[in-house]
Amino acid sequence: MGGLDRAPHTSRRSGRPGKPGALLYVTPRVSALSSSSTILETKALTVRFGGLAALSNVSLSVARGEIRGVIGPNGAGKSTFFNCLTGVLRPTSGRIVFNGEDIAGLPPHTISRKAIARSYQITNLLPGATVLENVRIASQSRRHNWSMLRHHRAYRDVIDRARAVLADVGLAGKEDELASNLSHGEQRNLEIGIALATEPKLLCLDEPTAGMSVAETHSTVDLIRRIARDLTILIVEHDMEVVMGLAQTITVLNYGEVLAEGRPAEIQANPRVQEVYLKT
Amino acid sequence: MLVLEKVDAHYGKSHVLHGVSIEVRSGEVVGLLGRNGVGKTTTLKTIMGMARRTGGRITFEGRDLHGVPPHGLAGLGIAWVPEERRIFRLLTVLENLRTGLDRAGMTPERREALLEKVYTYFPILKERRNQAGGTLSGGEQQMLAIARAMMLEPKIILLDEPTEGLMPRMVAQIQEIVHALHRDGVAILLVEQNVPLTLDAAGRVYIMEKGAVRHHASSAELRADQRVIHEYLGV
Amino acid sequence: MDQILVQTLHGLVNGMVLAMVASGLTLIFGIMDIVNFAHGDLLMLGAFVGASVLGVTGNYWLALLGAALVIAALGAVLQVTTLRPLIGRDPLTTILATFGISLVIQKYALWQWGPSVRRISEPVPGDFTLFHLQYPWYRIATAVLAGLILGGLWLFLKYGKYGIWIRATTQDRVMAQAMGIPVPLVYTAVFAIGSAMAAASGVLFGPFAGVTQTMGFDFTLRAFIVVVVGGMGNLGGSILASIFVSLLESYAAIVVSPAQAVIVSFVVLVLTMLFRPTGLFVPTPK
Repeated sequence: MGGLDRAPHTSRRSGRPGKPGALLYVTPRVSALSSSSTILETKALTVRFGGLAALSNVSLSVARGEIRGVIGPNGAGKSTFFNCLTGVLRPTSGRIVFNGEDIAGLPPHTISRKAIARSYQITNLLPGATVLENVRIASQSRRHNWSMLRHHRAYRDVIDRARAVLADVGLAGKEDELASNLSHGEQRNLEIGIALATEPKLLCLDEPTAGMSVAETHSTVDLIRRIARDLTILIVEHDMEVVMGLAQTITVLNYGEVLAEGRPAEIQANPRVQEVYLKT
Repeated sequence: MLVLEKVDAHYGKSHVLHGVSIEVRSGEVVGLLGRNGVGKTTTLKTIMGMARRTGGRITFEGRDLHGVPPHGLAGLGIAWVPEERRIFRLLTVLENLRTGLDRAGMTPERREALLEKVYTYFPILKERRNQAGGTLSGGEQQMLAIARAMMLEPKIILLDEPTEGLMPRMVAQIQEIVHALHRDGVAILLVEQNVPLTLDAAGRVYIMEKGAVRHHASSAELRADQRVIHEYLGV
Repeated sequence: MDQILVQTLHGLVNGMVLAMVASGLTLIFGIMDIVNFAHGDLLMLGAFVGASVLGVTGNYWLALLGAALVIAALGAVLQVTTLRPLIGRDPLTTILATFGISLVIQKYALWQWGPSVRRISEPVPGDFTLFHLQYPWYRIATAVLAGLILGGLWLFLKYGKYGIWIRATTQDRVMAQAMGIPVPLVYTAVFAIGSAMAAASGVLFGPFAGVTQTMGFDFTLRAFIVVVVGGMGNLGGSILASIFVSLLESYAAIVVSPAQAVIVSFVVLVLTMLFRPTGLFVPTPK
């Protein structure tokens, strides 16, 4: 067959030129915060829509300070899982225990107060506000202050906190830009910043690198590594390189059930997981 | 016949396709593989004018598709079977088929013949022809979506993940239908995540990742050396 | 007892005319998400055109047909020039556009025909006796005519080739385009059909209360209420709702004055929004 272009076959295992030891070779970070105390646990979490089980008996536990990856084919239940955690969906049965508290079925604003934050697949910003304002508004929700006498000082606190978050997500120079003027990658990072500004203990990232170029993806992965120091992170992704490089443990969902769980290398070597992804 | 040259596309701000070049020749079955979210469906939607093409060219039989209104593509011979099937749920099976059957230049004899032909491919649709589309099972809806596309007597069918969510038995049926369409001389651009089916049905395969085409080979080559498949589609 | 019977007839007759108006409105909304504030004014314009044609030809049926065709053409022109360019924009812009059209039509009618009331004489003369009361034949004829027109519309949508185009486009515009259906043309055609229905209603209603510039407003309001109560975009529902609401109003008019009976339709609207917001005559959504 003549005339076929074949891209040079570079094995990803060997890392990228200029970025030695790329994402796959990061030594899993041992959390400085804790022994393996559990921050989030779901027990037999089930969600049914009529006859269809979107989630079926999902039991997992996430350690404090961990980065947990959640992967699975289309329709496996990843978004449904996040929706249960953040109160958007009420599970049909099962429990969700966060920091020792039962949170299944609680409304989203209550869950937000309990320090779970989420970034969405579809960009969810205030386009008419500046970058700083977007983050500041999120930050204010944590530092609610009714007293008019103390208003001025609290205001500065909030702005300082917002600026710190912007520095974390690499948008420090762009505070006064309108959010709608940012590039796509910057907007996604701003979203992560907004979630961060609510001072969560658990951050749920829903496909944070969707629609990003390779360069933007790398920069977001670095961002996530930076902020992971003080947080527990749950990340849903389709980009295998991102997940394998970031997560310490990966949970694989398929048809609403947990198919496998383990370290990235184990998951990659798991024949059932291979089967599910290669649809053999 | 269908040529995408270095096509870029955007959804709003999101740059979703990067320099995608794909070709489907007359009568060929070409596969488009890749994991979720890499841009396979977006590629089809860009051909159909649903995503904003911001770079490159798309031509069909030599004619640039730029400026052709979305409802003009069917007349050129391009049919689309979307991922979600998009059956007209409140129309009966027959009415669904009629949306494509009632074209200019179709005599009653040709219409009858075409309908009968499709009923031979899909006997269950004949049985259910007066049932509302929304009452069909998933597999039946998939068949209706393909049958509806066949009503346009197309030169090429853009077939998006026809086996997703279907039972193995139905997957085998879809495979049969793709073969039959190929025998009939219809070209197919087959987007799939089901690797064996794609390698079996398609002569050539493009593999996408992160909005770009990363690999292009014949299915024979890919069958012989599965490493590439594992690299781009596995974990 | 005969009061109830008469009011039932009133309700049915008014309901049928309202159903014609509401069908046009719901068709337009169902397919292109346009809230047509000019609908009642198209009705009014149709009535005036009908009155003029009647004046010239002396033939009621020509008046009916003429009004429908003229207003259908006007509707098509309006859609192409003012509404098609707004497709895809904020819905508020189309609302403002139809509102603007409404004002223009009203003033035009005032300018063209002057402020005096026009008459459309009854197509069918005479009354019939119902118990001790006289009930005009033409009102029955109007209801029957409206029924026939609605029936024709239903048959067209259900079985006609273009009827299928319209229904497919209403359900999934993008897929309809992918099947080669010329959606922009379908939009124009539906707007024309809706306008024609409004115009015909105007001519049918002409003999009831005379033709004035403001006759449209009452209908617009009631039509909107009925479209919401029947389920937006649901043709059968708006027809049923029209009859339902008109009957209720007529019965209420036994107890209170007709002017006050109008409140009934608002009460029905509020109750529908509270308890069955998708529409009274829509199967409960799963």
